[in-house]
Amino acid sequence: MHELAIASSLVESAELAARQAGAGRVTQVFLRLGALSGVSKEALLFSYDVAARGTLLEGSQLIIEDVPVAIYCESCRAEVKLPGIQSLRCPRCGRLSPHIRQGRELEIVGIEIEVEDVAREAI
Amino acid sequence: MTTRYLEIRQGVLSKNDRLAAELRERFARAGLLVANLVSSPGAGKTALLERLLAELRAAGWRVAAVVGDLQTDNDARRLARSGAPVRQITTDGMCHLEVDLVTDKLADWDLGALDFLFIENVGNLVCPTWYDLGEDVRMVLLSVTEGEDKPLKYPVMFNSSDVAVITKLDLAAACECDLAAMRENIRSVQPNARIFETSARTGAGLAELMAFLVQQRQAKRNGQ
Repeated sequence: MHELAIASSLVESAELAARQAGAGRVTQVFLRLGALSGVSKEALLFSYDVAARGTLLEGSQLIIEDVPVAIYCESCRAEVKLPGIQSLRCPRCGRLSPHIRQGRELEIVGIEIEVEDVAREAI
Repeated sequence: MTTRYLEIRQGVLSKNDRLAAELRERFARAGLLVANLVSSPGAGKTALLERLLAELRAAGWRVAAVVGDLQTDNDARRLARSGAPVRQITTDGMCHLEVDLVTDKLADWDLGALDFLFIENVGNLVCPTWYDLGEDVRMVLLSVTEGEDKPLKYPVMFNSSDVAVITKLDLAAACECDLAAMRENIRSVQPNARIFETSARTGAGLAELMAFLVQQRQAKRNGQ
């Protein structure tokens, strides 16, 4: 269940960013998850709720964008999306490519936060 | 209360990555080559390292190893017989090494007095994938007893590795291992992998692997 460790790191990073921005609460977290990241989406979603407990992220929603693997094929001179991760062969021409253009992502894109409205409080 | 969007755009493991980058710089200043050995449990990491440490030392290189296990210091004791400095990290249940564990173990080591450092990770083909340890070379081991299709079952680990070392070559015939298929499966998920076929028992392939490591170290020192 390595996703719990990943989820804990995710929560830690997001919470740090939220605190620096003066947020009282995080409501949404946007994540890009590559097919070649090796992280299971379901397990990550499950672990996320556990990891978020007792933090600014408690009760927030994790929104995951799946990123397929894309290689650059030298024969086709094109970026090609792959149907799976068992083979880095171009599905058009069959040539192997070491040039992975996307699919390794395990990246926090951004977060939605709630910030105290200081100006209104002053009035 | 105002709701707003805050862009972050950073890796989930950015903390480990940042510490790994610091350690990599420290390694670069000291001029040593660092290899991170990963594999499933029982693929022969310790057996390969026993030979590598002993033979590199015999060739005049200054070598050391850090070895991670969930429990026991058996592997460190085995490796120490080579005469090289060896330290054990006992993770107490954690299934992979993280960079801060390695940094702590190395705190009082004079890295400048070393040519090669080997980090033997916890036997696991999944979790160590994500944790950069500041290594120059990630070396995944695959024994002939494990089946030719292991790279296809664990494509992420194989893809993240620079070198694939097939081990226990002396057992290949007994296991009816199709080495050509094994190599093809490695290339399928990591076309750039350098592949070595070795046996720690007979010594097959070790000279080639050592020559590669020496050449990598030289390339690093030359800033290539």
